[in-house]
Order: sequence, then structure tokens, then C-alpha cells
Amino acid sequence: MSRRRRASLGHALNFLGPFIGLLLVIALFSLIPEVQGRFLRFANFKSVATQSVIVALGALGMTLIIISGGIDLSAASNIALASVITAYAVNAGAAPLVALLLGVLTGGLVGLVNGGLVTRLKLIPFIVTLGMMGIARGAAKWIAGNQKIDAPMTWVNELMAKSPRPSWLLMAPGIWIVVLFGVLMAVVLRYTVFGRHVFAIGSNEATARLCGIRTNRAKILIYTIAGLFCGLSGVMEFSRLTVGDPTVAVGLELDIIAAVVIGGGSLSGGEGSILGSMIGVLIMSFLRNGCTMMGWPNYVQEIIIGVIIVVAVTLDRLRHRRES
Amino acid sequence: MDNVAAAPPVLRMAGISKNFGATKALDDVSFVLGRGEVHALIGENGAGKSTMMKVLSGAVAPDAGRMEIDGRPYAPTGPGDGLRCGVSMIYQELTLAPHLTVEENIMLGREVHAAGWLDRPAMRRKVREVLALVRHPEISPDVPVGRLSVGARQVVEIARALLNKSRILVMDEPTSSLTQEDSQRLFEIIRGLRDQGVSVIYISHFLEEIQRVADSYTVLRDGRSVGSGPMAGTALEDIIQLMVGQKFTALFPRVEHAVGGPVLTAEALKGTRMAAPVSLTLAKGEILGIAGLIGSGRTEMLRALFGLDEVEGGAAVLSGAELAGRRPWDRIRRGLGLLSEDRQGEGLALALSVADNMTLSDFRPYRRRGLISPARQRQAVGDWIGRLKIKAKGPGQKVGDLSGGNQQKVALARLLHQNASVLLLDEPTRGIDVVSKSQIYEWIGGLARDGKSILFVSSYLPELLGICDRIAVFHRGALVESRPTSAWEAGALMAAATVGRAQREYPSEQRSAE
Repeated sequence: MSRRRRASLGHALNFLGPFIGLLLVIALFSLIPEVQGRFLRFANFKSVATQSVIVALGALGMTLIIISGGIDLSAASNIALASVITAYAVNAGAAPLVALLLGVLTGGLVGLVNGGLVTRLKLIPFIVTLGMMGIARGAAKWIAGNQKIDAPMTWVNELMAKSPRPSWLLMAPGIWIVVLFGVLMAVVLRYTVFGRHVFAIGSNEATARLCGIRTNRAKILIYTIAGLFCGLSGVMEFSRLTVGDPTVAVGLELDIIAAVVIGGGSLSGGEGSILGSMIGVLIMSFLRNGCTMMGWPNYVQEIIIGVIIVVAVTLDRLRHRRES
Repeated sequence: MDNVAAAPPVLRMAGISKNFGATKALDDVSFVLGRGEVHALIGENGAGKSTMMKVLSGAVAPDAGRMEIDGRPYAPTGPGDGLRCGVSMIYQELTLAPHLTVEENIMLGREVHAAGWLDRPAMRRKVREVLALVRHPEISPDVPVGRLSVGARQVVEIARALLNKSRILVMDEPTSSLTQEDSQRLFEIIRGLRDQGVSVIYISHFLEEIQRVADSYTVLRDGRSVGSGPMAGTALEDIIQLMVGQKFTALFPRVEHAVGGPVLTAEALKGTRMAAPVSLTLAKGEILGIAGLIGSGRTEMLRALFGLDEVEGGAAVLSGAELAGRRPWDRIRRGLGLLSEDRQGEGLALALSVADNMTLSDFRPYRRRGLISPARQRQAVGDWIGRLKIKAKGPGQKVGDLSGGNQQKVALARLLHQNASVLLLDEPTRGIDVVSKSQIYEWIGGLARDGKSILFVSSYLPELLGICDRIAVFHRGALVESRPTSAWEAGALMAAATVGRAQREYPSEQRSAE
């Protein structure tokens, strides 16, 4: 009984860890007199959340992939491609909903190809998605004719509006979309057979195969779902920029991966949680926000976030060692 | 046994052949398994047992031959098929997902669900049932398997196989990481299953064990079935004869050697993972056996001696030089060598060649101005391969492709190559075939004759009694007794190792709970 209690305490610490980190970051900036007034306001929190939407959607899929022991380096290129496709469709006169779906499906297609290559060619995900990173980025530039695609304003652009319509939404619809899908994915991971298989594959793929789990099918599904989230993220990117820009989100895949890792995801698989990853996204967003308010240059933010990643993972390792 | 003979066979394998490249792994093998029969599958490593079981499970498709289960044709296309037809496997290497809990592991691939949604209460009931069936109801379904002791993991593995309502249960070396007591319990479980009509294919290198648990046997040699029959009335010598195919000489070859003065001394040595300080002395040319249950602290002592774990207290002296604060590379240079019990995880780099594995601890002979000469390395390793009778295509072959016995020879050859004068051997014969074992005993004897000292950790009492000069016994982390081998007999050794263990718990768990 005591062992079970200790296990559940460890479990609690697992997602409390990132949560404490987030509170620390918020508390830190709240205590600095220069920014206190501007930082601790609902409007500011709202804008931080809005800025987090794109990375957060990418992180939902990335969490799945990382738990399964994989990685997706093509996430940011995929986001750019999806945003270009959405802009292209809107510009070509497609209904906004059709354009949105096209963007999402483009992302899903890229994910499907990733999954297919990983399972059929038996290549490691790092290589496959490194290749796809270039392919998707190149495709985006090609379709956009190497420039930005302008598109007429539609309701799609309101998905990322800071003052939403109708006003009772309080926050941008994109934030609610993240919350909705976040809850959905957390439930899928915890309460479905598929979710359990994702953990099993990441923890010991050979075992999963021996137990009769169709690991290839599960992996294709994992990469496709992650691709769909990148597509949705691309739509949000278009919504924010109001143009389709093939050069957007360069390097963003590393932010997404960092968020998952800060949130307790293990790059060797078997560990990670949606809640953790979302907190990881918020930690990075609040840091950026606070640093900007302090008037610190960009490079300071980069250094701080780099340090945070190393510290977060070190703390995680220490905690694991103590538990075992 | 008459009723068994009358029933139609549960499994019939006929004319099974399988080639891997040029090697004939299985050559026209036939096999019949009756209902409620415990059938031992015996053979050296590389004889084809594993391939045959992979064919049965569906993991490998045979080139020729056919199979029937309950008289119906059976042609599995994958492990999932095998499971659905009631064929369950328990593998030698533990195959659990460390991050998942006991329950999640047991139910893996067979989750109870409605349209993909897990039915947790139903699964919990099943897990409790099956843990009770294996007589370990105290294992909590919520503990991640990575935190269990090796013995408890094996129990979970067996529980998982039993969940399947298997009609055919394949156990591949199930006791190789179990304590004596857990092995006993396993045999009881097997007998219980047999009484319920489950058929068991039992693979083991422990022939005494087979004699106790099996009804019948089949011996494989070089991919062919060379003998089969009822266990009762068959002498072990006859089975060994079938396995090796030639006149079998002494199982424990004695090599005369002289024991000199102390070489390695541990004085109240206490590593971070050791439960208690340990003092012992190893003499020049001595083979000192270390007996004890799995988890009794033997491996932890070796790790502290070799500098893999930090030392908290006490001292270790090697040939007059204090070892404290020295890293493993420094200790290797001073003549210490360690053979890990975890051959695949720690002992060898499976993806590297035989040559690189053998010379990993000392590249100096092949180095010229900082560059390694592969030709000289290959030549030297080729010599070793010939001298040690390692079955490998050549120095360039990947170690991971070799059989267990030959992998172990490569690992041991590394210590010979680095010219270690004190060898710390941790379960050097675990999971390998009789002939390889016998060769390894002979080497160890030869090393002692050459004035090397050997610390020989083993859970297999006959080999300790067979080749050691002196045997020390570990119990719950402490060295409880040390005597010359002539003053020990098996019963006394076992008693010393198990003294005071009344509760049914695992040693390693007890330690962490204290």
C-alpha cells in the first residue's frame, strides 16, 4: 500500500514539476517592479496564450510522437506548408472552411508520408523527418512562388484575434481549440487502447510487437495525427499573419520539441504527457513575454530558454534517480 | 500418462525446415505435443530451438513443412496469429515495457475495451486473477515494471502469458534469472497448468530441472531432431550424449593449479549499492566462487571492486596498490577485468564486430602514431577466434549475430586479450550451452594454472562445487561464510544462501523497503 502511495506521489510530482516551473516564471516577473504592472494583467496573459497557440498545437502531436520514441523535425516546415496551402485556397476563392480543411489535411498527408516512410523503409524517424523538413519547406516555397501569398480577409483570420467575436468567448478561438484538442488527446492517451499502445511502443517496441500490437499501423496513425495538428497549426499561422508565408516558423520544430521535453517527455520514449507539454509551451511563452517587457534583447531570451531546457531535463533525471 | 497418449496431439509440426542464408537453422524437424504434456526441448545454443519456437509463434515463416493445432492446419502470419490460436511465449530475455505498470504490461495487446475505450475495472479483475494464479497476489498492478526486481519481472511475464488462456505455453529458459525459491514456485505453476490441460514446451539448459518438470523430451542438434521420448527412465547422460553427438567427457574439467599469496584484498569495502561492507581475500592462482541468491549483493560487490559504483567506505588493494578513487580504465591497466552478468546490455556492444568487442579494452597493440591498423587487429583477433573455438564467420562479424555461447566467449576473450591478472566473472555461463560451458571451465582452470586469480560469481551450485578452490556465500548483501570447496556440499551451500528467508518476498525489494 505504501509503495502504491509512493508511486502515486511520484506520479503527482511528474506533472507538478513543470507546473511549479511555470509558477516560478510567472512569480519572477510579477515581482520585478518595472514590469509588474503590465505583466500581471488578464490582457497580457491572453496575449501570451494567443502567442502560444501555434507551438501548442504542434506540441500536441509531438507529444504523441516523442512518447512513442520518435521525433518529428518536419513539424515547422509542415506548418509553413499548411499555411501556404490555406492562403492559396482562400486566394483562389475557396470557401474559408474548405481552405481550413485543406490546410489541415495537407499537414495530415505530410504526417502520413512520414509514418509510411518510417515503417516501410524502416528508417529512423530522425532521418525521415529531417528529409521531410526540406521537402515540405521546398514545396511550400514552390507553391507560393517563393513569395508571400496575399489572401482576402475571412473569418479564418479571426481565429487568432485577440478580441474575439462573439465577445463572450473572452479569448481567441484558437486558444479554445487548443484546450479542446488538448483535453481530447490527454483522454486518448490515458483511456484508449491506442494511447496505451503509444506508450508501449516508446517503452519497448520489441515487446509491443511480441504482444501482437500492430506497431506499424499505430506509428502511421501517430505521425498522421501529429501531421494533422501541424496542419491546424499552419491554419492558425495563416490566421495570425493573414498571408501565406513559406518562410515562416523556421526552427519552430525545436521550440515544439523543447516544450515537450520541458514538460517531462523523454526522447528515449515511454514518457510524456499532454498537460506537461502544454505547461512547457506556456513556460517558454511567458519567458519570452517577460523578457520582451524587460526590454532584454532577443539573445538574452535565447540563452535563458536554452538554460531552462537543460535545467528542466536535469531536474527530471534527478527525480527519476531518487525514485528508483 | 496413458490418458495423455490417448488424446489427439495439441500440436503437430512436420517436416519443418528453415534456412537463414547458407545456414540450415532447421532441417526437416518434426515435433508432437500432447494435451497436458510438459515437453522439454533440449539442445545446445544454435541447435535450432529458438528458430523452431519462432516458427511456432509465427514470428518466422518456415521454408517448408506444416503445422497443425488440434488437428486443424495452422499457418500463422505473425505473433498476433500465434496468440489468437492459443500459443504463448515466455522469452529468455525479459520482454516487458519498463515504463508501463504491471497491469499495463500484462494486458498489453489484449486490452479489454469497448470501441477503443479501456475498461479499467474489468482489466484490474483479470490482472488480480492471473497474479493470484501465479501465487504472487502481493505484486501491485500499479507499479511500473521498471521498478521491480528481476525475479518479480519474470513472474509478471509468466502472468502475461497465462492471461491468454493459452493451450500451448512456450517457456524459454524461464528460470535463468529466478531464485531457487521462485523456480520451485514456477514448477508448481507448471504442474497446475498441466493438470488444467495446458501443454508446455519447456526450454532449459538446466538438465536436472528438466528431469523434474518434464514428461517427455526432444533433443535438437544442428537443426535436426536427434532424439525424443518419455523423460521417465531416461538418464541425463544419454540426453547429454544426444546433445553433443559425441562421447561426452568430464563436465567439470579439473586443471591442476597452485594457490599462492594474496593478490586482491577487500577490507570492509562498501559500495553505494551494497547493503553491507564486505571483506575478502583472493590469492594468486585461486578460483574463488561466490554463491548466493540473485539480488544478494554479489554483482554490487563486483561493481564496487571494479570502480563502476562509488565506494563509501573500506579499502580494496590490488597487488599492494590501493584502488580507492581509481576509475575503471585505471583498474584495467592494473590488471583487473570484469565480465558483466548482462552480456547483451552491458558486456558487449552488439552492433560492433567481434574484433572491436574483443580489443575494446586495449587497442594499444594495433596503434601506430594514434591510428589503429585494422589489418593487425583482424589478424590478432583471428588467432583468438581459432584458439578459443569461437563459431564466427570472422573478426568482422557483428557480435549480435553470434549465438549466446559464442557471444560469451567473445566477452571472456576480451579479458584474456587485455591480459587481466584478476578476473571478476559475473555469471559467466548463464544461458549458454553445455559444451561452451565446459570450455569456459577449462579456460578458467588454465588461467588459474597461469597464476591468474578468478572471482567466480554463479547461481549454479554444481559448477561452483566443480571448479572452485574456495566458495564464499552471500546472503542479503553480506558475506556470511567462506570455506574451501571440499568443506562444502550442495545442501549446506543452499542453506547458507537462503538462511533466515522465511517470508515470500524478493531480496532486492526487501532491501529497498528497509
